[in-house]
Amino acid sequence: MIRINCPYCGERDHSEFSYGGDATINYPSLDASEKEWTEAIFFRKNIKGFQFETWHHSNGCRMWLVVERSTVTHEIKSVKPCHPNLQKVVENNK
Amino acid sequence: MKTRRLDNYGKINRDKILSFRWDKKNYKGFEGDTLASALLANNIGIVGRSFKYHRPRGIFSSGVEESGALVTIGSKDRRDPNVRATTQELYNGLEASGQNAFPNVNFDLAGINNYLGRFFAAGFYYKTFMGIPPFEWGRGTAIWMFFEKFIRKAAGMGSASELPDPDSYEHAHDFCDLIVVGSGPAGVAAAIEAAEKKLDVILVEQDSLVGGDQLAENNFDNSQIKNQLENLGIKIMTRTTAFGLYDNCVVGLLERVTDHISAPNVNIPRQRFWTIRAKHIIVGAGAIERHIAFNNNDIPGVMTVNASKHYLNRYGVLTGKRIAIATNNDSVYETAQQLSEAGANVTVLDSRTNFEIETNKCFEIRKGYVPYNINGSKKIHSLDVSKSENMNKSETINCDQVLLSGGWSPAVHLLSHRGVRPKWDYSNACFLPSDSKENITMVGSSRGLWNKNDCIASGIAGTTDALNRLGISKTNYFFPKPGGWKNPIQPLYEVKYKKSRSKSFVDYQHDVTTDDVRLAHREGFISVEHLKRYTTLGMANDQGKMGNIIGLSLMAELLKKEIPEVGTTVFRPPYTSVSIGALSGRNVGKHFRPLRVTPMHQWNIDNGAKMIEVGLYQRPWYYPKENETLSDSYIREASTVRKTVGICDITSLGKIAIQGPDSTEFLNRIYSNGFSKLQVGKARYGIMLRDDGIVMDDGTSWRLAENEYFMTTSTGEAAKVMSWLEELLQTRWTDLNVNVTSVSEQWAGVSVAGPKSREVLNNCVDDSLVITNNNLPFMGVTSTFLKGNIPCRIARISFSGELAFEVYVKSDFANTMMDLLWENAKKYDGCLYGLEALGALRVEKGHVTAAELDGRVTIDDAGLSKMASTKKSYIGSAMRKRGVLKNNDREILVGFFPTNLKETFNAGTIVCEKNNIKGQGIGRITSVTYSPELGHWIGLGFVKGGLDKWKDTNLVGADPVRNKQMNLKVVSPHMIDPKGERMYA
Repeated sequence: MIRINCPYCGERDHSEFSYGGDATINYPSLDASEKEWTEAIFFRKNIKGFQFETWHHSNGCRMWLVVERSTVTHEIKSVKPCHPNLQKVVENNK
Repeated sequence: MKTRRLDNYGKINRDKILSFRWDKKNYKGFEGDTLASALLANNIGIVGRSFKYHRPRGIFSSGVEESGALVTIGSKDRRDPNVRATTQELYNGLEASGQNAFPNVNFDLAGINNYLGRFFAAGFYYKTFMGIPPFEWGRGTAIWMFFEKFIRKAAGMGSASELPDPDSYEHAHDFCDLIVVGSGPAGVAAAIEAAEKKLDVILVEQDSLVGGDQLAENNFDNSQIKNQLENLGIKIMTRTTAFGLYDNCVVGLLERVTDHISAPNVNIPRQRFWTIRAKHIIVGAGAIERHIAFNNNDIPGVMTVNASKHYLNRYGVLTGKRIAIATNNDSVYETAQQLSEAGANVTVLDSRTNFEIETNKCFEIRKGYVPYNINGSKKIHSLDVSKSENMNKSETINCDQVLLSGGWSPAVHLLSHRGVRPKWDYSNACFLPSDSKENITMVGSSRGLWNKNDCIASGIAGTTDALNRLGISKTNYFFPKPGGWKNPIQPLYEVKYKKSRSKSFVDYQHDVTTDDVRLAHREGFISVEHLKRYTTLGMANDQGKMGNIIGLSLMAELLKKEIPEVGTTVFRPPYTSVSIGALSGRNVGKHFRPLRVTPMHQWNIDNGAKMIEVGLYQRPWYYPKENETLSDSYIREASTVRKTVGICDITSLGKIAIQGPDSTEFLNRIYSNGFSKLQVGKARYGIMLRDDGIVMDDGTSWRLAENEYFMTTSTGEAAKVMSWLEELLQTRWTDLNVNVTSVSEQWAGVSVAGPKSREVLNNCVDDSLVITNNNLPFMGVTSTFLKGNIPCRIARISFSGELAFEVYVKSDFANTMMDLLWENAKKYDGCLYGLEALGALRVEKGHVTAAELDGRVTIDDAGLSKMASTKKSYIGSAMRKRGVLKNNDREILVGFFPTNLKETFNAGTIVCEKNNIKGQGIGRITSVTYSPELGHWIGLGFVKGGLDKWKDTNLVGADPVRNKQMNLKVVSPHMIDPKGERMYA
């Protein structure tokens, strides 16, 4: 079982969260071309090792998080809010 | 074999006599017995029949590695098959019986299989699949089809109860700094050391008593240890198995709460499924003694040496009178001495020639001897032995029991669950655990330490390792070296004797013999994983705890390799079996999944609603009058809505409050149609696409104020849409100043639909002026009050195609609203209508729901191209123009009529061209209803090319599942009032 340290709720089981996807995707603007969108939503890296991925604390505070997790060992190096303003709040509260 | 209870031995409570039944006869045992020890005390040697050959099977061990004494416990709805008699504690009234035998284990008709062995060798199953050579080899399976039912009937051991489980089970959770698995000397030392260093410790023991293998010592008393552990505040969990290790130091435990009690309190669960989140795990799971493969090594009376020590010292049962012990290591001599002191005549055959051992000389040691054959079938008559270097010189020893010790295998299973492969240790002839990068430390004999002092030292070292890894201390420590016997072990896995055709067993329960392993090798199944699947070696209840290493060594020899080169199969959870009941816990029956009801749920039922499940929601299905059937009822309800008025509970729709200065911009980005010009006081139907251009959901959004919207979603997609909006706002469009809040539970909603709906509402609202056609035109929204000062939101939205209003009040006012509306609707001969009538009304209008929007359909497929704005970009706007989604060949939404209007059809029907009725056809029907308005059956669905291509063609609806076929014609999906004149009325 993966345990995720939610910056708002504390360390919780992964069953409280929903997996999002690759957190490093820069989604193109809405008026971008089909080609750019295809690249963004269909072509993903299959990383062995640490990757940044989004998780939604769907059965908790509803925050979307960036989790740095190893796909090999499930080790989690860091967890922070996706939203930059929430990131700042978390930093200031440390 | 003659087994009997001794007066001066054992730690059983002789003051408490327990009676139990075995194979329909009554017997007695004592408190503290296991079923196995009680059977042995009653001189019962045969307790089961083997899997394939139906050979008599006795008790091989005294623990979880048991592969012979698998019995059925209990009866009727509490019948549990394949329970190890060696771990089942005896209780008063226990009922047990032998398995896989007819009429009984002593005389089993299927014993004939023993003589047909050559047909049942490894892989016989798979060969049967291939057909009989040469006639149908490799092409037909007729032979398999014929034999399948017989084979299936013969396969398997005991049979489980098919009745509902009367017991309750529980899921429980706990946290700790350190969890210690196993309460032997190593585990206890680790736990004490950790508790003294102020760690919060849980100690887990699968046995009923704390002590581990020390329980087999003749003068061991565990009460002092138990007191010490308790005084240190250590949580001791006995009768609890750590069945698996998982990520982040999570341990799965199964606690058997009442399996040892004859009449358990019904308020207590039978078993508890624990999830423990620890910071460090110490495993002192012990080691398991192996047997040796030789001819007839499965005759009842064969046992591991350590098991007989347990039976003697813990249960006071002497397992034989004339005992032959075959070994290759030092561990048996203490037992041999104790057995001979207890009155048995003991001979030890040691395969080694050069070694020194101190004994009391009251038993015979024959150096350099090995056993090669047991004579007997239901019990042991004698043992044929030979000098290991010269198999031609043999002699026969009279005995009634043969004890085996082919070495010890550390229980590395739990570490293996974490993907850590064990490494072979040549000097100790066993697999030893490798170091784990995770916070897991192996201690005691599960790291190959054979003497008690080393085990204790390893326990303390294990805790020091834990403290270091947790950053609490930085102390040097070392683990004792594996081993600890005075004389080295001499590997001995199999004794071959060429002249015999008898079977020599590797895996007792699944009847895997040494010849099966050789057959697998000959036929090319040489990888350990293939060997396992082909022969079923290690796939029985014991999961290879006893036989695996023997199988590996045989394969290594055949391949002329060493054991580590052959490898080992990966052990996976669970270590011992976990009941399905424990896995499901309380999530059974009504609690299988959460139940959602609307605030007027009881009101609906009180007013005659029959309910239906929609996702987790209970929604009114139909409201039958007197003897009405479902179809009578929904047809009446739908007609009433078209004629006068109907009221429908639509609370289950998802509801989201969207607030903030950028709300309009936000909606304009997520909906395919424009929202930038929506006025305050108006609602708009909208469609959301996914990033890839496919339709995600549809619904309405109401502009309540400049910066405030009220969004409704479909019932099924509510949670998904909410998460999606949050994702967009928190990850992609972090500059937008918008807040979204789920208010699904806060508002109760009804649809009031039909030509008389405004008149009904007139009587219900405080100020009837607010709902006139001028003040509340089609898609208008207002916040006003129902009579009795109930604040409400009303929108003129229609799903039925009639003049209709959606009315929302705070959930607490739901019943008052329903009373008020219903009282007034009755005056116009109105009705309450359910989901079935709602469905009929929307199919008539060609409105799509989840049945149509199934995640494959584009906005164009659904015939809603007008909803796709060309003036703006939105989510999915680029991707919906992909070539593949713009194909002429795509299936487009249409309506269906049966050609013969008296015919019916069903959803799921495949639409085909008349002369080409096959495969997936050219379309499908997704929703079907009887149309009261049209007077015949109608359907919605999809067809390649849409209405334009097929409107004048006769098509065929094929329904192979229901064995039906009918002629169809394609019509516009808007089957009633296509211009929508009624809605705008």
